[in-house]
Amino acid sequence: MSAINESVPNMIQANRAQAPEESKPTDERVRKLSPWRILLDRPELGSIAGTVLVFAFFGIFAGGSGMFALDGIINWAQVAGYLGIIAVGACLLMIAGEFDLSMGSMIGFAGVMVAIPPMYLGWPLWAAVIFAFVGSMALGALNGYLVVRTKLPSFIVTLAFMFILRGLTLVLSTSFANSTIVSGIGDKFTDDPVISALFQGTTFHWLFNGLASMNLITKLPSGDPVVGGLPKVLVWWIVMALAAGFVLARTRFGNWIYTVGGDSNAAKNVGVPVRRVKISLFVLTAFCACLFGVLQVADVGSAAADRGLQKEFEAIIAVVIGGTLLTGGFGSVIGACFGALIFGVVQIGISYTNIDSDWYRVFLGGMLLLAVLFNHYIRSRAAATK
Amino acid sequence: MADDFILELDDVSKFFGTVIALQGVTLRLKRGEVHCLLGDNGAGKSTLIKTLAGVHLPSSGTYRVDGEEVRFNSPREALDRGIATVYQDLALVPLMSVARNFFAGREPRKKLFGVIPVIDMNYANETARDKLAEMGIRVRDASQPVGTMSGGERQCLAIARAIHFGAKVLILDEPTAALGVKQSCNVLKLIHQARERGISVIFITHNVHHAYPIADSFTLLNRGQSMGTFSKKDITKEAVLDMMAGGTEIQSLVDELEGRAA
Repeated sequence: MSAINESVPNMIQANRAQAPEESKPTDERVRKLSPWRILLDRPELGSIAGTVLVFAFFGIFAGGSGMFALDGIINWAQVAGYLGIIAVGACLLMIAGEFDLSMGSMIGFAGVMVAIPPMYLGWPLWAAVIFAFVGSMALGALNGYLVVRTKLPSFIVTLAFMFILRGLTLVLSTSFANSTIVSGIGDKFTDDPVISALFQGTTFHWLFNGLASMNLITKLPSGDPVVGGLPKVLVWWIVMALAAGFVLARTRFGNWIYTVGGDSNAAKNVGVPVRRVKISLFVLTAFCACLFGVLQVADVGSAAADRGLQKEFEAIIAVVIGGTLLTGGFGSVIGACFGALIFGVVQIGISYTNIDSDWYRVFLGGMLLLAVLFNHYIRSRAAATK
Repeated sequence: MADDFILELDDVSKFFGTVIALQGVTLRLKRGEVHCLLGDNGAGKSTLIKTLAGVHLPSSGTYRVDGEEVRFNSPREALDRGIATVYQDLALVPLMSVARNFFAGREPRKKLFGVIPVIDMNYANETARDKLAEMGIRVRDASQPVGTMSGGERQCLAIARAIHFGAKVLILDEPTAALGVKQSCNVLKLIHQARERGISVIFITHNVHHAYPIADSFTLLNRGQSMGTFSKKDITKEAVLDMMAGGTEIQSLVDELEGRAA
């Protein structure tokens, strides 16, 4: 027994490994991996490390500024939530090896699809919301159809739609509202109980009131909690992330996403319906963009032609920080969520510090570059351990 | 005696525009035999297997499976008839786990909480590991990425997968082309194992040294035409080599070189 030299974790690992392998001969060519190494091979690792770093950074530079008080937390969490919703869709699509650059424009377009019919055409709001979702998803399907049909890079096809949709948004809002902003839609949301319950304001008020009455969260002078409830955007984010993560990890469709992104020719040869998978993921990204747009219109009370500007890039950055490969076939929804969280913390957090907020983009670009380098390193090892 | 043959191509031609890829090729695969398809680059081997695999429809001629004429519109249809093709790219995704690759497109499912269909990962891992163990490959953990396996192991994984999913006919496209000596040997053993199980194999190669030991019969292709099918007992390795590896070309090269030296 040479156990004296072995550290405790090593021994535990060795014991665990021995038990199930007793009946089988072991392969002398296989070497054991340390738990650290197994952790290193996870796609999320970079984004989790990044999140820790970012929190540490702002903990030091903005710790006493109220950034980590409840209202501060809700502040940056909300930014992360919006981005997180589209990052979840973008993540699955990128794992399948495609991009959707029209997501940002789709946010604006979905906004006017929701706002214009009730304001100028006399539609009920619920019909406009359904119209917006159906319309966006149909456009997503068109995107996907063009990509799989022409075999052109999705980059170029969706780039075209990025301009088409942004332009249409501007045309529609100026021709109906005579302005780049379609306002006054907020009241319509408040008047529709179902739509309002789904997309507007906050929820879990009882929890926040309860916590406030137990003095666990800060109260306003009136006795109400400083934050009335959990913004619905966060609920949507969590629901979407859990659903997407589950589908990816546990279902047949998830396996198809990985296969299609890893090697679409191989996927076709083993009988995976490559086209169907890709088109449905373009529909998903469009759905996510529309959800973003509807939530934002409900929150702000207006639609505007510049909503969602550059969000497609932010979503891609969040996904890449989250460890998903630009080439597809590898990635994680949890990672993308951490990527979105980093975004929210940095974007809002920087205004809590003494740092000039103009540095925000520099910071993000640096973060992206680091993430890509890190992921490249991880991938080259995961793909070829030999 | 038509039902002696599991696959039959009768006088099959395939044209791509003005290009004649195959011209009147006849190929008959006996049940349970290993049939070697030999030919140099550009001989039409790829077109021939893609026709068998359902990727191409023949431009003329008939294709019979179990004596029954078929017209496959997709590889899926050929697969459903038990004709599995292992291409050179192996249709494996390096970043995905062994088990996920093994079951890609045909994932085993179970119901989570009795309602949500999910992949039965335990079953997938165990089955993939067991099937590979039968082929003599021990996988430490079926959830490791395929990228960690050697070329020979990947080839075996692709073949094991085809056999597991009920292949009656296995079409192997140059399975030993990229492999070392020992790994090639393993793949040849695997082909033998498949034959023992009653699976008919079409083995495409241009390496006679790999083909001769394992094959029961040979078909030689040259410039889109079949130079005939030979049973192993009717032909020597040297004769096969001569016919296929451009024996005459080599000989004339030798003559030329020697002539020049002299």
